[in-house]
Amino acid sequence: MAAVVSPTSLESAPRIMRLVAECSRSRARAGELRLPHGPVATPVFMPVGTQATMKGITAEQLDALGCRICLGNTYHLGLRPGPELIQKARGLHGFMNWPHNLLTDSGGFQMVSLVSLSEVTEEGVRFRSPYDGDETLLSPERSVEIQNALGSDIIMQLDDVVSSTVTGPRVEEAMYRSIRWLDRCIAAHQRPDKQNLFAIIQGGLDADLRATCLEEMTKRDVPGFAIGGLSGGESKGQFWRMVALSTSRLPKDKPRYLMGVGYATDLVVCVALGCDMFDCVFPTRTARFGSALVPTGNLPLKKKQYEKDFRPIDPECACPTCQKHSRAFLHTLLHSDNTAALHHLTVHNIAYQLRLMSAVRASIVEKRFPDFVRDFMCTMYGDPTLCPSWATEALASVGITLG
Amino acid sequence: MPESLLYCSLHDPVSPCPAGYVTNKSVSVWGVGGRVEMTASKFMAIQQALQPDWFQCLSDGEATCDEATSIKRARKSVDRSLLFLDNCLKLQEESEVLQESMIIGVIEGGDVMEERLRSARETAKRPVGGFLLDGFQGTPTTLETRLHLLSSVTAELPEHKPRLICGVSQPDEVLECIERGVDLFESFFPYLATERGCALTFSFDYQPIPEETLLQQNGTQEEGKYVDQTKKSKTTSCNREMTSFEINLKEKKYQEDFDPLVRGCPCYCCKNHTRAYIHHLLVTNELLAGVLLMMHNFEHYFGFFQAIREALKSDQLAQLKELIHRQAS
Repeated sequence: MAAVVSPTSLESAPRIMRLVAECSRSRARAGELRLPHGPVATPVFMPVGTQATMKGITAEQLDALGCRICLGNTYHLGLRPGPELIQKARGLHGFMNWPHNLLTDSGGFQMVSLVSLSEVTEEGVRFRSPYDGDETLLSPERSVEIQNALGSDIIMQLDDVVSSTVTGPRVEEAMYRSIRWLDRCIAAHQRPDKQNLFAIIQGGLDADLRATCLEEMTKRDVPGFAIGGLSGGESKGQFWRMVALSTSRLPKDKPRYLMGVGYATDLVVCVALGCDMFDCVFPTRTARFGSALVPTGNLPLKKKQYEKDFRPIDPECACPTCQKHSRAFLHTLLHSDNTAALHHLTVHNIAYQLRLMSAVRASIVEKRFPDFVRDFMCTMYGDPTLCPSWATEALASVGITLG
Repeated sequence: MPESLLYCSLHDPVSPCPAGYVTNKSVSVWGVGGRVEMTASKFMAIQQALQPDWFQCLSDGEATCDEATSIKRARKSVDRSLLFLDNCLKLQEESEVLQESMIIGVIEGGDVMEERLRSARETAKRPVGGFLLDGFQGTPTTLETRLHLLSSVTAELPEHKPRLICGVSQPDEVLECIERGVDLFESFFPYLATERGCALTFSFDYQPIPEETLLQQNGTQEEGKYVDQTKKSKTTSCNREMTSFEINLKEKKYQEDFDPLVRGCPCYCCKNHTRAYIHHLLVTNELLAGVLLMMHNFEHYFGFFQAIREALKSDQLAQLKELIHRQAS
């Protein structure tokens, strides 16, 4: 049984979030994160570059799109190439030559995504490597140790993650264990001056458990909080209620990072609910399936209807793909034997996400966020009645009515 | 790519196409959709749609496909190709959109000297924009045996028109062909190197300062020795095997190598990334590996051609050839 660690064992954590504007109706906020590798405007979408690369695109391309923070993954990088090598390469920033900010996930989510290869105890998560069958123990201490070697600007606690579709005592066990693991992470963190450790609120879809977790974790003076354990298989109705509950109990002067959320509608609604940071593999993954994101949804460019469509993906989009290439060209590339289209689409989809967040932020700063939301929903769904009911409810709960 | 000169070849040098599909009236090519059979009219209709600056004329390149090339087959390849050429030229005359495009005549004739010379002389009589020397591709040893043929062919061609060759891309072979009058080559060698996770590292600096020569030689010799030990002896699959002009970034020894692929190389990859990073990308099957390697391999390969041009201008091709030859296994 781990020793009880004092919840205030951390000196006053840096206040990394500066609020620039707040929506007077909803809980939306615009702000700026002050991080070691430069400022980041919020709300922000962070693309996921799991293995020290954004799949298929260079650091220069990502920088040119305006990305100032992206993700790496502790579990994967911890296995290949390993923390010792990355440390020799001057940290993850040096290894992948990324000049801006990095956030590393702790490896907790892999407990769910790679559940058949993992086993959880109070000590940590035991993983069996799919590459060589070797067993590794990812404990809170080990996760922080790896992240200290990676040198990312924001590091995540190791949390005990259960799928949102799991019910029963396991959810409560995971919630309490996440609190204990948070304290162990805080104690193990060697570089609080250079790296910001975020807590992750758990509790599944149970309001009481979430509330307990919020109460306990907010006693710890960490630089930021993430809302975890959502964005799995749960219903959207339960999803938004847990997000809203969380933001209502999280401190205003610290960033709220909603993990695993990336669909455009979800982003807009969750900004309204008070979230500042988001990450998701969706835009980059869907690009590799030939799907381009647009304000009205998405274009499955492999389909025959795009064969002779010589328009760009989005005439309003300023990304290099839309400046140079047509849907028809991308369609042909998608049916060829090389990966060129995937790179072009990844560039565009990241551009789309970042542009969306920029537009959201501008509307908050200019005090017209509710109108922005209405316009966004109109473009996406056509008619207010066609907007998904969960989104309508969620927005209504924070004072934004559609139609 | 409005600034580039666009050349349309008949076949993709890296996709082998099955032989036996050339007739007196048509040639077949293979693509993502399968086989496409083209008569002269169909071929020219495609060229009208593409509107390239230059295009290889429809031709019969199968005289060298079999082991023993018969005189009869060689003769047929020349006859057919000339007929295709005359038909295509006529169709070009009648096409408004193709007035700015240049047809590149194709020299055939297999390994039969008499037929090669006939092909060269007859093709040169036509109003073509340049010449493609077909049928010289294959294994390194087969090119060697054909070098004499190559010299004889180019001797028959007008000085002021470009000579292209297909299927030859390796540095040592490129130099042999340049010495015998060839001007343009396909760049599939750097592409194939990229596909096998390799980076071109051969030196084309035939005028290094003395201390560097020693260091480079030692470095090159080390690389060369290592490769010789692991290189397979068979040379059948043309250009698919790793050569001594490159390093294989998948090898464990690059795991902690924080040097660029080639010191001093101005490409994006060498200016921004290390061998260790490329190794990691390859091991984890990341898409970016190919992107970075291709950037380097093209830069390196085009740098080699820049060196060739400079060497020719200053009459130092022999030095460059010697340097390249030393690095060929």
